[in-house]
Amino acid sequence: MRKVYLDHAATTPLLPEVREAMLPYLDELFGNPSCLHDWGDSAREAMEAAREQVAQLIGASTDEIIFTGSGTESNNFAVKGLALAQQNKGKHIIVSAIEHFSVLHSAKTLEKWGFELTEIPVDQYGTVDPDEVRKRIRKDTVLVSIMHANGEVGTIEPIAEIARITREHNIHFHTDAIASVGTISVDVKELGIDALSLAGNQFYGPKGVGALYIRKGVRIMPLLDGGVQEGGRRAGTENIPAIVGLGKAADLAKKDVASRVKHLGHLRDRLLTELPAQIDHIVVTGHPKNRLPGNASFCVEFIEGEAMLMLLNSQGVAVTSGSACTSRALKASHVLIAMGLSHELAQGSVLFTFGIDNAEGDIDYVLEVMPPIVERLRQMSPLYAKFTKTGKGGR
Amino acid sequence: MPIYSEKVMEHFMNPRNVGEIENPDGTGEVGNPVCGDMMTFYIKVKDNRLEDVKFKTFGCGAAIAVSSMVSEMAKGKTLDEARKITPKLVADELEGLPKNKFHCSNLGAQALNKAIDNYLKKQAKRGKK
Repeated sequence: MRKVYLDHAATTPLLPEVREAMLPYLDELFGNPSCLHDWGDSAREAMEAAREQVAQLIGASTDEIIFTGSGTESNNFAVKGLALAQQNKGKHIIVSAIEHFSVLHSAKTLEKWGFELTEIPVDQYGTVDPDEVRKRIRKDTVLVSIMHANGEVGTIEPIAEIARITREHNIHFHTDAIASVGTISVDVKELGIDALSLAGNQFYGPKGVGALYIRKGVRIMPLLDGGVQEGGRRAGTENIPAIVGLGKAADLAKKDVASRVKHLGHLRDRLLTELPAQIDHIVVTGHPKNRLPGNASFCVEFIEGEAMLMLLNSQGVAVTSGSACTSRALKASHVLIAMGLSHELAQGSVLFTFGIDNAEGDIDYVLEVMPPIVERLRQMSPLYAKFTKTGKGGR
Repeated sequence: MPIYSEKVMEHFMNPRNVGEIENPDGTGEVGNPVCGDMMTFYIKVKDNRLEDVKFKTFGCGAAIAVSSMVSEMAKGKTLDEARKITPKLVADELEGLPKNKFHCSNLGAQALNKAIDNYLKKQAKRGKK
């Protein structure tokens, strides 16, 4: 059976070049970069070379990059660390309603610690209106955190515009760019932000490594206390093999970003136009134009996402869904609900995310196997029966 | 490790008794789209026995497997016997359900009971006439 992996938003495969670059550091080059002997030197050199590669990818300088253990850690670090470092100045923070849980839940934790939290709504496409941010800024606002792109619906946010507003008010601005770095061109200076999160496993690097960009001069409170690794801002012996892998992945992304955008954009556009041409009562979610090149997200009416996912998996196709049934907590995707979708429609969520390993044939295959799956589930669905009999219950 | 047992997968992939019964003797509907799962059961009763059971389900893999299993367990049983089908029994027959799904997806027995209630109510009305 054909195997088609279309869940790159969850994680990407490791590129062979990345794996090769990592191997010596899992083997003879096992040193701790804090040590002063040859073993330490080689590890430190490799780590600093990786820092340069990551800095290059996003237009930062090396002393602005802190390595972390994941994208989630980067987001926790940015939101909590930037807020805590400024709590004498004020205790109000702003995030969007569609942030990843690593930002949203960090913000909620700050709320428990005495901060006030404002959530910015989004429009039907999942876009944050910069004016809505401006309206909610207060005298005691110390941090705004809004994602660069949403991994679930692909929408790219107007970060540069929002950054102009936060700069006017002298407020720190963090952006979670985990879904975008390595896939589209991201430059911290062009965006004008103060902090940015990225993660290796989103662009063909290893899992268990991320980075946080912190603009020179911006203070952050460490979350992990211990040694003086990462300039005293993130203690703990560095994960050198993963950091080397992240560096290599960054280097490759820098070289290939234009061709990635073109390739992924083409696959996305094919599915976004050809799937609705074959299936009635299907809605594209996310922004029609300002969206990640590898993201094709839909809601299929009258059926549920997990069942769709399982039947696609039985045909060798890996996807994900924002339906309540698919989540461990059994809650519909907060992103889809924030965009104003009904719970019923959100239940039909299905998300295809492409990678550089996908080809035209993969789209052809999805177009072949998906319509019968939808039909099969609709034949089972009491909602579809109601709709076909009465014309009621459709969108 | 897959989250579902082989039995759940087998029923999900090959659900029994999917569909509607024309002029059913009883119907039972449970659930709503907010919680995720909706099931409608249709029954045909003859001599106090479930001669036919069919269902339609909107929901996850577990919800579909549960519906299929309940329909299979109920078919041919007397109404009293069918009443004894509990969510726990259904889950056991399916070789277990994921913990977090036990309540939301395991609505089949409830839907079947509602269909039987509906049948008895209709019978009572008919009796009065």
